[in-house]
Amino acid sequence: MKAVIALPFLWLGVFFLLPFALVLAIALGINAPDSVPPVELGFSLKNFVLLFTDDLYLAAWLTSLRIAATSTAVTLLLGYPMAYAIARAAPECRPLLLMLVVLPFWTSFLIRVYAWMGLLDENGLLNQFLRWSGIAADPAPILGTEWAILLGIVYAYLPFMVLPLYATLEKLDAGLLEAAADLGARPITAFLTITLPLSLPGIVAGCLLVFIPAVGEFVIPDLLGGTETLMIGKVLWDEFFTNADWPLASAIAICLLVLLVGPIALFQRQQARSLERRS
Amino acid sequence: MIGRARFAFTMLGFGYAFLYLPLVLVMFYSFNESRLVTVWGGFSTKWWSTLFANEAMLSAAWLSLRIAAVSATLAAIIGLAAGYALARARAFPGRSLFGSLVIAPMVMPEVVMGISMLLLFVGAERLFGGPDRGFLTITLAHVTFSISFVAIVVQARLADFDRSLEEAAMDLGATPWVTFLTVTLPLIAPAVGSGWLLAFTLSLDDLILTQFVAGAQSQTLPMRVYSSVRLGVDPQINVLATVVVMVAACALILSGWLTRRKA
Amino acid sequence: MSEPIIRIEGLTKRFGAVSAVDKVDLEVARGELFALLGGSGCGKTTLLRLLAGFETPDSGRLLIDGHDMTGVPPHLRPINMMFQSYSLFPHMTVAENVGYGLRREGVAKTETATRVAQALEQVKLSDFATRRPAQLSGGQRQRVALARALVKRPKLLLLDEPLAALDRKLREGTRFELVRLQAELGLTFVMVTHDQEEAMSMASRMAVMEAGRVVQVGSPHEVYERPTSRFVADFIGIANILAAPDGRWLALRPEKIVLSAAPPDTAHTAAGRIVDIAYEGGRSLYRVALDDGHVMTAATANVARIPDISFRRGESVWLGWAEDAGHLLDE
Repeated sequence: MKAVIALPFLWLGVFFLLPFALVLAIALGINAPDSVPPVELGFSLKNFVLLFTDDLYLAAWLTSLRIAATSTAVTLLLGYPMAYAIARAAPECRPLLLMLVVLPFWTSFLIRVYAWMGLLDENGLLNQFLRWSGIAADPAPILGTEWAILLGIVYAYLPFMVLPLYATLEKLDAGLLEAAADLGARPITAFLTITLPLSLPGIVAGCLLVFIPAVGEFVIPDLLGGTETLMIGKVLWDEFFTNADWPLASAIAICLLVLLVGPIALFQRQQARSLERRS
Repeated sequence: MIGRARFAFTMLGFGYAFLYLPLVLVMFYSFNESRLVTVWGGFSTKWWSTLFANEAMLSAAWLSLRIAAVSATLAAIIGLAAGYALARARAFPGRSLFGSLVIAPMVMPEVVMGISMLLLFVGAERLFGGPDRGFLTITLAHVTFSISFVAIVVQARLADFDRSLEEAAMDLGATPWVTFLTVTLPLIAPAVGSGWLLAFTLSLDDLILTQFVAGAQSQTLPMRVYSSVRLGVDPQINVLATVVVMVAACALILSGWLTRRKA
Repeated sequence: MSEPIIRIEGLTKRFGAVSAVDKVDLEVARGELFALLGGSGCGKTTLLRLLAGFETPDSGRLLIDGHDMTGVPPHLRPINMMFQSYSLFPHMTVAENVGYGLRREGVAKTETATRVAQALEQVKLSDFATRRPAQLSGGQRQRVALARALVKRPKLLLLDEPLAALDRKLREGTRFELVRLQAELGLTFVMVTHDQEEAMSMASRMAVMEAGRVVQVGSPHEVYERPTSRFVADFIGIANILAAPDGRWLALRPEKIVLSAAPPDTAHTAAGRIVDIAYEGGRSLYRVALDDGHVMTAATANVARIPDISFRRGESVWLGWAEDAGHLLDE
């Protein structure tokens, strides 16, 4: 048993935990464009100060949080009825219905985001449709706006919302709703007082699974968003690859980590508790 | 009751349309004659031949497949150990840290993991002169974030596992190790199998982590796709998307079959 | 007198602050069908798991066939167990399940095959060798579990609630079947059960457990007729507990009480009124409120289909019992 624990513990310690110490060390250093790697070690808080005083970075933080929160809410509103419908479907249909939700997740993330590029372009299929149907004579391009990013996140992360929701809704005893109805609850009341509270663990898990990665999302804002919508993941990427400013990129990573440590811990607690209940 | 169910099923239909319409359109336009992805210029398979003659794309795909196979196998082994430890070792020093370490890579934004792993490899290069960035570093990075997914699947399976089966085996004279090999492993094999498939897919698809740790020489398939689509839509990518969706559908059917067999 | 097959000395197992098994001393002789009887949480299952080696005791000793079992892991103990849920391996056929233990011993393939066939014949499942556990009925599964344990020819077979998962009708048939097999093979069985009827009808000797302790050991007859404590008297069957003149307690079984309309001619009598009647087919139970306020239970055997006299609720009746009908309790 000792070896069984030690192997993953060591691996994750070396490749996951230890690197964060390095990130912190680099974040406290100074950018040195002429040396390789472009860092001068030191103890300077200037990168962190910059992140919280410069309007550009502040805007990026706020935009990231706003987009992540909004898209999480939209994903929940779309995903909950879907999960509910699958859980209420005939038992022999459920695996197929669930597979249809999961299938896109097994295809390439990159390609799924790419799929929207052709749809949302100024002359893309969506605008062609709007013109053809006469809804809008001269529709504005959607690609390159915050809307496109929102749409992309909802689209890409929908399976992550549906799966945990389905897992809790499926376990829900139908007898409880009958009992509620028997005791005089109208369907909507039964839903609000029985189904919703009992599916709360699924709601929390699903929201965290969407929110946490969405805050630091890079591919979606990069491919679907425009230059005026800055998300922090994309800023990190640009600082690192375009500006070769490793310390600033590291500082962003540290801040992102600190920001998300709470939600991640919450997610882990939730996960551990739901598994303990099963065993 | 009926009204609520009807609303939910309508939303389900809408959700499926939302999930699949873009993919179907991408696949449809892979047979487009025109170079413009938004204008239908007649049926043609020319982009299929173009893609399959694209040396750079094919060698990138081959590299990605090799990395995915190796990293999925390693992740399956380590993830199996991690899932087993989480499910069975109730108390040991550092258990809560261990639990967090196993779960966190699953949700950690990839840019954060990417930069941290790159700095690790740069640090190792300075200290030990290696490893060279490429196949090895990409594989190590992919293993690290895939472990979580395998571990979760294995842990969930073990949580449903009837432990008296293991006791029965030991009672009949099996040592703990033989019990694991003859009873536990065969029964959780489907979970390990789907964990492997999951790790394989994640590795095949990863862009961000790979971009950070790849170095100058190695170009994986997602890196090629990314540099191509940054410049706009490309009919070759539509072809690739069609292939990927087909392969994913097959893999999923296979994994569904594997899990159903466990029952 | 030969060495007992099981000797338990001061065995204790604690879970946190709770002593699941508390300083238990017990001996089981060769060839016995020994039952551990008690309510849920009394420690009987923990005691069985200590015997099998799935739990390690905090203190005390456990000897099997004269050998100290301290530190001996389950797979090295000369004991086999039939699990409550049977724990058949779902990924193996019936024959593979039964042969599992022999393969672990390294028994030759041909011998394994013969012994498996023999064991399956013993439990009348020869035609089911290639089936999977999921394709069997509950009763068949139970017999596979039995064959799987017996094929190892253990010195001692432990049975954890062997009949609990069967329906009532099947349970009765299986009871006799288990007793027959035990006698035929000359094995020692130790069985855990919460069902007193099961323990009484099967066991040659039994131990009644409460809160981790063995409170009485004896033959079913002894335990029923001569309980040592109020707990045992109350737990096994129905007992009227009366205060004896010397400050001790007297246990009086309902069937030892005569119920009549007129004062009976017995050493002890009491008058009262019927408050409840429970018709159980073979017998009827009457709860009678005595004039002093106590309620006693009396039983009548329903020997005739239409009884000569029948009592109704509310009727005034007499109870009577002989001088030696009750049993004086130790505590």
